[in-house]
Amino acid sequence: MPSDSWTLAGQSYQSRLIVGTGKYKDFEETAKAVEASGAEIVTVAVRRINIASPGEPMLVDYLNPKKITYLPNTAGCFDADSAVRTLRLAREAGGWDLVKLEVLGDQKTLYPNMPDTFEAAEALIKDGFKVMVYCNDDPIAAKRLEDMGCVAIMPLGAPIGSGLGIQNPVQIRLIIEQANVPVLVDAGVGTASDAAQAMELGCDGVLMNTAIAEAKDPIGMAKAMNYATKAGRLAYLSGRMPKRLYADPSSPLAGLI
Amino acid sequence: MSQTIKITVNGEIRAFQADMSVQGLLGALEIVGGKVAVERNRQIVPSSQHNTELLEDGDQIEIVHFIGGG
Repeated sequence: MPSDSWTLAGQSYQSRLIVGTGKYKDFEETAKAVEASGAEIVTVAVRRINIASPGEPMLVDYLNPKKITYLPNTAGCFDADSAVRTLRLAREAGGWDLVKLEVLGDQKTLYPNMPDTFEAAEALIKDGFKVMVYCNDDPIAAKRLEDMGCVAIMPLGAPIGSGLGIQNPVQIRLIIEQANVPVLVDAGVGTASDAAQAMELGCDGVLMNTAIAEAKDPIGMAKAMNYATKAGRLAYLSGRMPKRLYADPSSPLAGLI
Repeated sequence: MSQTIKITVNGEIRAFQADMSVQGLLGALEIVGGKVAVERNRQIVPSSQHNTELLEDGDQIEIVHFIGGG
């Protein structure tokens, strides 16, 4: 496959798959899954150090931040203030200004809290962050986030961790058609065909965690997602055939005996 | 006996000797290297100031790092 890179906040990436690093058995499995996925960007969370056992292994010992782009997220934040606070700490700890903003609405659905997402995005952009934003699938909201200066729009395909697959292909497509920044499906992917579908819709990339981490064989699934993302992208670039209501024979009718 | 101060670190109250710097605190907690950020009373303490910023009694300190997440 010829080179088909994409550009995010001025940086070029080959892989269109971004993977989360949560829910794995241990850091070794995390590192192997990331490698199998081919991802160049991984999402990470910011949490308190366990001061009771400071010698514990750290994620950075297994995934070298010099080789792989760490994308700090605000998972677990339900208001703008805590999201902004978390990402300022992330920038101090890592020195990176590319971040994933997600402000959640409630525990049950983990749907985006859009009013606070707007508020946090505004504060972060003003403070020099490059914001990739987890958002609902409303094209109007997506446009507003882009106009504010977000560097990527990341609507959910289904609730976080649900593995339901893309429930809203029409909305995702509408968002893609109007966007001038990368659009990634973030959340909802359950298996390889879902990743392929996201890419076939024309997404610039796809972000997932649970679909890999909760597979029986996470390393195998990571590889499957790697292939599926590439396959979906290539199918999108190749232009699918039109759908028809009735059959159209594949073998020529001329020369029939 | 040297004077002690009580500070809250990651939600836990602990006693330390007075005039301890942020760097001293990290050392006392055996947090060496790695990518960490320190917040003192809701204000980030940049790593360039870890040596000079002194802790005071009643300080609220948060020390965070990166963990696996989606």
